[in-house]
Amino acid sequence: MRALMLIFRREFAAYFATPLAAVFLAVFVGVSTGMTFFVSNFFDRSQADLSSFFTWQPWLLLVLMPAVGMRLWAEERRLGTIELLMTLPVQPWKIVFSKWLAAFAFAGLALVFTMPLWITVNWLGSPDNGVILASYLGAWLMAGAFLAIASCISALTKNQVLAFIGAVIAGFIFVMAGFDLVLAAVRPWAPDVVVQVIASMSFIGHFQRITDGVFEASALVFFISLIAFALWLNVQILDARKAA
Amino acid sequence: MAVGQALVETRALIKTFGPVRAVDGISFTVGRGEVVGFLGPNGAGKSTTMKMIAGFLEPTSGTAFVAGFDSQRDPISARNHLGYLPEGAPAYPDMTVADFLAFVAGMRGLSPAQGQRRLAELVESIDLADVWNRRIEALSKGYKRRVGIAQALVHDPDVLVLDEPTDGLDPNQKHEMRALIRTLAPTKAIIVSTHILEEVEAICTRAIVIARGKMLADGTPADLLAHAPHRDESMPQLVKTTPLEDAFRHITLDQAGV
Repeated sequence: MRALMLIFRREFAAYFATPLAAVFLAVFVGVSTGMTFFVSNFFDRSQADLSSFFTWQPWLLLVLMPAVGMRLWAEERRLGTIELLMTLPVQPWKIVFSKWLAAFAFAGLALVFTMPLWITVNWLGSPDNGVILASYLGAWLMAGAFLAIASCISALTKNQVLAFIGAVIAGFIFVMAGFDLVLAAVRPWAPDVVVQVIASMSFIGHFQRITDGVFEASALVFFISLIAFALWLNVQILDARKAA
Repeated sequence: MAVGQALVETRALIKTFGPVRAVDGISFTVGRGEVVGFLGPNGAGKSTTMKMIAGFLEPTSGTAFVAGFDSQRDPISARNHLGYLPEGAPAYPDMTVADFLAFVAGMRGLSPAQGQRRLAELVESIDLADVWNRRIEALSKGYKRRVGIAQALVHDPDVLVLDEPTDGLDPNQKHEMRALIRTLAPTKAIIVSTHILEEVEAICTRAIVIARGKMLADGTPADLLAHAPHRDESMPQLVKTTPLEDAFRHITLDQAGV
């Protein structure tokens, strides 16, 4: 337990050791609100809700979460510190989990910084705050899933740029899973059940149900199991590289 | 643990990377009080062997034991007895020396109070007071190396595996590092890799010569000298070499069949 906390603290502090955190938070808040006001025309819609904010979250997180997660393992490998970390008397899964948790907490912080928007809609009208809260939680979990994928891919390389690109591509497939672009490529040769499974992997599909106010357990279970699977895979990758 | 009992043991360690056999059947034991110098040309398999002892790499076959624990099957116990300085003395550049060492102490299971006490000792013995609150990225090579040593000593381990601890240090720093290793030697089993031959004479009780993944010699520095070919003193030498260098060249060039 202590090891988990120590790694979490180190990793979380590492984001703030460079201007990276400030730049990232500024970009995230700037682009999120910019999209809400200028692309989705928040005011013209005259509706007291945040759907014009949340619509963009899957796309924004798709690009920005790999930027947060790309360093998790690639940087350790480049610096050589992975040799220190992995020869400490701690089980690898604890290290994988706490590193991800630090990135996840950082993503949570970024979402918190957009909350003035939430206050604004409450000042302008009376939105359904339950749905907004659920949507925030949904966005955070989706961010966690993107981060778990990024962490996993980061463990494959010491090049952060490659880790970033790989994580965006993998994330993009999950975002697009419910769209015809992906399904049309699978449908001609795969049995229906496979197509169904792929469609059910869609980040947008699960996230949209949450923002529509249908907070189903299935979306929650989906994101949490995906995170668990990606982190499990992350541990396996580290183990396989040890034997390589 | 009884004095003289093997604290490090490798049994027929083999590591292949694709078609390359980096380590090819290395077996030896190191007891308490011994300082073993790993000697060999670059790419001989020294670091790979050390990584397998530390449990960072899994051997293709063979076993490494630290304090009697298999470094693959029982990694946590093995690591509790091991202090490891990886090649290049890596450390987190964004942390201060104090934070970094406190982090390692915590991960090594020392309580905050124990950690503070232990770090206070290490600041003294490794002479880190001047840079204690400086970020590691701002440190000179010599100080970085010392931080790496401090990190390996935090939990006062029985076994020290140091990959090129004096690489890149100036002559004074080299001297201090060697003095430190000597003072640690009586209570620990220490393995030091180097390609600086004078280091072997200066600090090692035993030297193991490795080239192309194979062990070519294992003995005291004096035994190694016996390998030196007889030098005809009347012949002028173009490049001045020491007898130990002659022995090293003789062993690694002749026996590896180059």
